Amino acid sequence: MIEKDSRRDFLKKSSVITAIALTPAAAVKASDLKLDERLSEAIEQMPLSIEINGQQHHIKVEPRTTLLDLLRERLKLTGTKKGCDQGQCGACTVHVDGVRTLSCLSLAVMNDGAKITTIEGLSDGDKLHPMQEAFIKHDGFQCGYCTPGQIMSAIACIHEGHANSELEIREFMSGNICRCGAYANIVNAIKEVKAGGAI
Amino acid sequence: MNNFQYKRVSSPLAAISELSKNPAAKLIAGGTNLVDLMKYGVMAPDKLVDVNHLNFDAIKKEQGLLHIGATVRNAVASANPDVLKYQPLLSQAMLAGASAQLRNKATMGGNLLQRTRCGYFYDISAPCNKRVPGSGCGALEGYNRMHAIFGASSSCIAVNPSDMNVALTALDAVILVSGPKGDRKIPISEFHRLPGTHPELDTTLDKKEIITGINIPDNNFAAHTTYLKVRDRTSYAFALISVAVALDLEGTTIKDVRLAMGGVAHKPWRLKEAEQMLKGREATTENFKLAAELAMKGAKAYEHNAFKLKLAPNTMVQALKTASGVKV
Repeated sequence: MIEKDSRRDFLKKSSVITAIALTPAAAVKASDLKLDERLSEAIEQMPLSIEINGQQHHIKVEPRTTLLDLLRERLKLTGTKKGCDQGQCGACTVHVDGVRTLSCLSLAVMNDGAKITTIEGLSDGDKLHPMQEAFIKHDGFQCGYCTPGQIMSAIACIHEGHANSELEIREFMSGNICRCGAYANIVNAIKEVKAGGAI
Repeated sequence: MNNFQYKRVSSPLAAISELSKNPAAKLIAGGTNLVDLMKYGVMAPDKLVDVNHLNFDAIKKEQGLLHIGATVRNAVASANPDVLKYQPLLSQAMLAGASAQLRNKATMGGNLLQRTRCGYFYDISAPCNKRVPGSGCGALEGYNRMHAIFGASSSCIAVNPSDMNVALTALDAVILVSGPKGDRKIPISEFHRLPGTHPELDTTLDKKEIITGINIPDNNFAAHTTYLKVRDRTSYAFALISVAVALDLEGTTIKDVRLAMGGVAHKPWRLKEAEQMLKGREATTENFKLAAELAMKGAKAYEHNAFKLKLAPNTMVQALKTASGVKV
């Protein structure tokens, strides 16, 4: 295809072309003025102060970066999973200021000043969170891909007061899809943690 | 997703000014629909104006009405004591929509502006007059199981996906908006549009206007309301048919009634003829069936959604029975 150019060069060129086609006025202007593409990137970066699992981060992000991509790609917190990336499966569920939220539909820049808790932030050293223990005890998973989202959602479900019956748990956990079908065991895990009163 | 500029505004005037300056700018609140549409490439605004910090987050019982601010989250509104006390139908409808995570994020104003879930609207390789005016309608001769049976046009047969909007329509809500020319109030019946020849327009909101809140007038329905939603799975799915019922009963006589249907039209579908028929009559299954028959006048099915012609009246009768407590 492009024999003389390396793949990296090709990607670099095509990304500039893409940048001209898709980015807002500032970046286009930077490209027109033949400014370095790093500069046009810099123009698009927004400052973000965010606390994740108790640790403060002062970083810069592109406005289009989702909270999910920030967690996984930038901060290497890959416990939070990318399932559908369209807000349909719940695998990316995290707590934002204590409220369960889909990180794939949340722009990182809109979480300025927020406190995020991910699955990595639940345990106390080697001591697992009671919900993690319950998922293990009740075999609340098979492949495990939806599990971080299920656990984050399950904790919130109890905090919200929506875990008072099996029916209520199923209704308020319906945003977390498990294609292995571990639902029955997930419900049992939540019921036990709720009954134990530990959270 | 395309790249874009992001601006957080702290006053309604600043938001209106941003929209006035840049026709390609869009407001973002919860983002639960817009971010999704941007990932699919269905929408590609070059600037997002964040309206989460405008202080439209109050729920207030005022003289003659309940006010809910535009950026109140659906989860917050559905659990609010005043909403539960004065407008329980609204709470029921909101809890029937989406998932707990989405309701935590989605706002009242954003839900009013939720775009259709028609597969051809979402598929950028397919024709869609709503997405690209003049490109045709893929659903008309395509897979139209989820589509409209009322008020459609040859340009568009998509449906409004919101549950909240159906309840607000039954409750005669008023949408408060603010724009360059000042404030105005839009009755919800005039807020959402039928597709006609301009399906690209979902609402009558001007591009430079912002939603600031919703007013719901007081009523005597709180004791007898039902939102019945029929869908492909028990929870977390869009409606095939939904019916919002609000009844004011004196014994078993219907003093007043409101009826609206979801999953059937480009806008929440108010059933005024059926309401008129039921007013003053006894709450009986027989009368409910007559009302449902009346409600279905003018319904038109497409290749894959003829089942809605039966499901809609059946859902309506069941919702009326549940709301009134009629057993047989």
